[in-house]
Amino acid sequence: MIPLPAPKPEVLARRAQIVAALQAIIPGDGVISEALRLKPYETDGLSAYRQPPLAVVLPSSTEQVAAVLKYCNAHGVRVVPRGAGTSLSGGALPLADAVVMGLMRMNHIKQVDYENRLAVVEAGVTNLGITKHVEADGFFYAPDPSSQLACMIGGNVMMNSGGAHCLKYGVTANNLLGLTFVTIEGEVVQIGGTYLDAPGYDWLGIITGSEGQLGVVTEVTVRILRGPEGARAMLAAFDSIEVAGQAVDAIIGSGIIPVALEFMDRPCIHACEAFAHAGYPLDAEAMLIIEVEGNVEEQDRLLGWIKQICNRFNPISLKVAETAEESLAIWKGRKGAFGAVGRISPDYLCMDGTIPTGELPFVLKRIGEMSASYGLQVANVFHAGDGNLHPLIMFDANNEASFHAAENFGADILKLCVEVGGCLTGEHGVGIEKRDLMPVQFSPLELDQMRGIKGAFDPQWLLNPAKVFPLEGNPIFATIPVLNAA
Amino acid sequence: MTMLGSTYVPKSEDALAATVATAMVMGEKLAIEGNGSKRALLRPVQATRSISVRGLTGITLYHPTELIISARAGTPLPEIEAALAEKGQHLIAEPPDLAALFGSSRPATIGGIVATNLSGPRRIAWGAMRDHVMGIRAVNGKGEIFRSGGRVLKNVTGLDLCKLLTGSHGTLGVITEVTLKVLPAPKATGTVSIRVATLEQGIAALSAGLGSPFSVTGAALLPEGDGGIAHLRIEDFEESVAYRCGKLRDDMARFGEASIAMDTQALWQGIRDAEPLGAEPEDAIWRVSVQPSAAPGVVASLRAAGGSKFLLDWGGGLVWVAAPASEAAHQAVVTAALAAQGSFTLFRAPEALRGSVAVMPDELPALAAIARRVKAVMDPAGLLNPGRMRAGQ
Ligand SMILES: Cc1cc2nc3c(=O)[nH]c(=O)nc-3n(C[C@H](O)[C@H](O)[C@H](O)COP(=O)(O)OP(=O)(O)OC[C@H]3O[C@@H](n4cnc5c(N)ncnc54)[C@H](O)[C@@H]3O)c2cc1C
Ligand SMILES: Cc1cc2nc3c(=O)[nH]c(=O)nc-3n(C[C@H](O)[C@H](O)[C@H](O)COP(=O)(O)OP(=O)(O)OC[C@H]3O[C@@H](n4cnc5c(N)ncnc54)[C@H](O)[C@@H]3O)c2cc1C
Repeated sequence: MIPLPAPKPEVLARRAQIVAALQAIIPGDGVISEALRLKPYETDGLSAYRQPPLAVVLPSSTEQVAAVLKYCNAHGVRVVPRGAGTSLSGGALPLADAVVMGLMRMNHIKQVDYENRLAVVEAGVTNLGITKHVEADGFFYAPDPSSQLACMIGGNVMMNSGGAHCLKYGVTANNLLGLTFVTIEGEVVQIGGTYLDAPGYDWLGIITGSEGQLGVVTEVTVRILRGPEGARAMLAAFDSIEVAGQAVDAIIGSGIIPVALEFMDRPCIHACEAFAHAGYPLDAEAMLIIEVEGNVEEQDRLLGWIKQICNRFNPISLKVAETAEESLAIWKGRKGAFGAVGRISPDYLCMDGTIPTGELPFVLKRIGEMSASYGLQVANVFHAGDGNLHPLIMFDANNEASFHAAENFGADILKLCVEVGGCLTGEHGVGIEKRDLMPVQFSPLELDQMRGIKGAFDPQWLLNPAKVFPLEGNPIFATIPVLNAA
Repeated sequence: MTMLGSTYVPKSEDALAATVATAMVMGEKLAIEGNGSKRALLRPVQATRSISVRGLTGITLYHPTELIISARAGTPLPEIEAALAEKGQHLIAEPPDLAALFGSSRPATIGGIVATNLSGPRRIAWGAMRDHVMGIRAVNGKGEIFRSGGRVLKNVTGLDLCKLLTGSHGTLGVITEVTLKVLPAPKATGTVSIRVATLEQGIAALSAGLGSPFSVTGAALLPEGDGGIAHLRIEDFEESVAYRCGKLRDDMARFGEASIAMDTQALWQGIRDAEPLGAEPEDAIWRVSVQPSAAPGVVASLRAAGGSKFLLDWGGGLVWVAAPASEAAHQAVVTAALAAQGSFTLFRAPEALRGSVAVMPDELPALAAIARRVKAVMDPAGLLNPGRMRAGQ
């Protein structure tokens, strides 16, 4: 269990006053303080951790966000911003003395501009909501996290989320033009705009992926792109992980950049097949899903080349989709991977380290060994082109020892990722989950410098504190006793 | 360490860090140089010594199948481009070679390119230099070596200081090594060129091209008279380029006479390096960033203020402007950029002009306060490139 700092007693003591002040800022039903109605906010996608907040505010305008932050800053009240709460790293986990600021009521698409290929949307618009809004006109918003039906663009910005198609289209950071950003002092600032590459410090860049540490985002200007003429997938299965890894290298080495290149290991193939009946080869040790874009002839040509390359590695199965429906069938298992694993084991931890792709066989072999020694099953699915691993560690939440083992197993995997030249998190963020592993990747000096930058935005450390940076080094927590969550 | 006149040229990262640490003790202000050939950049720096990274050279890691290259900051850009070309790869943002524009003889260093976040025409489709900086090593103003990012393509661990340092013009740290994402270079380059009667029509053509499903990777407009020539680039495998150029030309005919040319690398290299701008040696040069639909308005208002020269890239989102250097000309550019809700950089000008005007827009007060605090964390004594970007920054 990862420790959280003890709440500030003086803030808990002033709860009624704080709630009243928030109600004055957000009249109507935008402030929640009854225990029962706080319940839905007590956790996020890392559901092993739960903590009801002091209160929840649901602002519906930038002005309300600014007023709440100004009040909290003046009164030393901590704030945990929240989108849809799908964070897998506990990024949106409340603190007992914090106000959770939910952005879900700010869910309007304010402007769509095809000529300049941009859309201005409020932070609470869902990721898929943007694409749904523009797809009839042939456009889409590129980053596509698997949680896209639920997760919100503000959360995506703060986690710098990626998706299966980011090998070609990049992650959130690469698809933003501007933000409306509210500082903890309640100042509303426009970062970037509707144009590219303003001179000066790259505030947009440092805010993206900052996990709610620096300020609150209320509006986002995103790039929207015209979709390709078409896309089609193929599936290639191999009898060893090494060989599948070599095939990935050969594809990329040939100069082809598929829009997606996904990798699944044997346990994952089995789980997905049982769930989705996608026709995956059950005798394979590793399977690739490869997608290309273009018109039909271009797709045929690229898939033909990739097929030739795969054939050099003695695939045990090679299936090129002939139609869009067959493509969907190939994707169906992969898209349902988390749900499929959830059917085998209701409780699992989804890890998210990145490794240099050349290290893949070694890392998967080590994960297999660890799985045996911890006595916990693991299924691997990952974005092969960019080395972002998602080992799903299965455990039993009713058994505390099993949960502890799963946490330790996960930590060992992430340490291994750093050891081979990778990093702790490719797209899910540090949150609380990886907070105490940060010294594995960063030196004390590097951590202190980042803490300094956090402090430059948020001098009192009120915004989403107790996440990202190990507590002991944070001046603000040095004198505060530490409590256990849950 | 070698000392050339008043320039420190450390031979290692450790030596560089020690030099900065000593400078901090001595209260010495430092001008940071890549290849040091140009000091005519942004605002004149108020420094007592220069420190150059040109002693830190060499590619330190290149894994083509991982799409990753690392090099020390002083490595000349051509050396990196040559190593990539040997494996059929390239730098995604196609940074320009501005030696001609600035009359310098030494090639840019990779550190300088990252420190200035310079990107070429491909920026519109594939992102800026800053989008491809996966890892950085640098020395802060206290002489401490730090890293951000790493050598993998996806990484959200901690705050992204790679982005903060990219484009910070050496004011937050001296970059000692960078790791970049690279991609396979296209096998063929084709261009659809449309003769347009007005700039509005030109922007409409570029927007239609960029809004087509054909993966346009360059969209520039070269003004001529009231109109000009709009160029749309397609880069990919040969068969795809031929097919898509054909489709695009048919689609573009509604904007003007459209034609296709293959093997057009030279055209785009020229656009990348702002050659078609036709700036005279004594002209000042600005780069104005706006939303593409606002570009014709910017050009019209500057023309009304007294003839300038123009080149439009990034679908119209980047307007290069050249005009005789004067405060009035600068003011006209500032007014036009801000009226279009855009941004501007005074890119090239005599020192007198650069020292007397704001070379980029002022920061909003709330951000200026954060900027001061960030600077205080990374460079508390204000040693690094003092005053480069803005007075006091
Ligand atoms: C089934 C499943 C699949 C997933 N797949 C992917 C995937 O493929 N790729 C991927 O990258 N992630 C994935 N995730 C993780 C998660 O969906 C992303 O991190 C997502 O971006 C979180 O968005 P959210 O709206 O749920 O944010 P939340 O979880 O509510 O918050 C995330 C963080 O951002 C902060 N925050 C949220 N909104 C704001 C705001 N407006 N201003 C300031 N701070 C804010 C919060 O404080 C928190 O630190 C998945 C999660 C699940 C449950
Ligand atoms: C606004 C602007 C003005 C420009 N003006 C000129 C010009 O007058 N002459 C010209 O030839 N090119 C100019 N360029 C082009 C550009 O500077 C070069 O193409 C490229 O940066 C040169 O590399 P260099 O190694 O020579 O860097 P330099 O020209 O030596 O440095 C460029 C800038 O980056 C900083 N810098 C360089 N290396 C590092 C490092 N390792 N760490 C931190 N900071 C570093 C320098 O302090 C300087 O501010 C300009 C670019 C911009 C954006």
